[in-house]
Amino acid sequence: MKQSEFLNLVMPFKDKLFRLSKRLLTSVEEAEDATQEVLLKLWKGRKNLSTYKSIEAFAMTMTKNYCLDKLKSKQASNLKLVHSNYKDEQTSLQKQVELNDSLNWVNKIVQKLPEQQRMILQLRDVEQYDFDEIAKVMDMNPTAIRVALSRARKTVREELIKKHNYGVS
Amino acid sequence: MELVRVEQLLEKYLEATTTVAEEKELQNYFSGKEVAPHLEEYQAMFAYFSGAKDEQFTKQVPLKTRNNFIKWASVAAVLIFSFGMYWQYQATPDYTQEEIDEAKMVLAMLSNNFNKGTQSIGHLNTFSDGVSQINHIDHFEQQTNKLLRNE
Repeated sequence: MKQSEFLNLVMPFKDKLFRLSKRLLTSVEEAEDATQEVLLKLWKGRKNLSTYKSIEAFAMTMTKNYCLDKLKSKQASNLKLVHSNYKDEQTSLQKQVELNDSLNWVNKIVQKLPEQQRMILQLRDVEQYDFDEIAKVMDMNPTAIRVALSRARKTVREELIKKHNYGVS
Repeated sequence: MELVRVEQLLEKYLEATTTVAEEKELQNYFSGKEVAPHLEEYQAMFAYFSGAKDEQFTKQVPLKTRNNFIKWASVAAVLIFSFGMYWQYQATPDYTQEEIDEAKMVLAMLSNNFNKGTQSIGHLNTFSDGVSQINHIDHFEQQTNKLLRNE
């Protein structure tokens, strides 16, 4: 497999890998490293790529596992990642300036979710995967995913309502 | 979209039973300007989700293919080097037939002359014969001394 072929294969979902790892690892640099690592692993194993049913799902699973490993080692070394480089540069959001603050809140709430729920929320609501694809990536059955997703969404909503009503009621 | 439908979809959304298409509908509704005030919290959620989707991975991935080349080049270098050493030690000086003949001739001459030398040394033997004959003179002298004492 040539380099250009590989890039064509990988380009469509590399951003998804990056976003998933950022959701899990919080920092942009860590997420970039994780994405690079996963892509390099794919490149090294390029001979076997054709044997996988869905390379995207495979890559997502690799990213998930890699990030969880990273988090484990981070926790072991007592290193806490502080979220400091979150930026919102979306033009569609700039129209709704008053929402920016809420967006930060949403982000904070999402970061507080358990890793599993955070991943599922990312895969579903951001990347819009269907349940079967998420099931493949997460190695869980669809029902469990549905439950986790429902919990995640409810938590986010309730937390947001709490923030909105803070000091009001 | 009608408010009733939005609320229905939201209910399903929270139970995670909406389809991807229905979620897109919701996404569209909340990215619009006319959002019912009591659904404000969803607006933030959906805005966050669509914002999160625009993040991109911009780092370049170094896909190394040169590694192999360097590996094989080093193997080739070692091979060439060892062959060079081999040939270097293999090459012994080559003599032509003429040179060999000449050397044989020279050696033959040397041995001839050497033999002549030993022959002339053989004459020394006659000298020692002569010396032993002179010893007989001593014998003669002893005899005369004996005769003189008897007198």
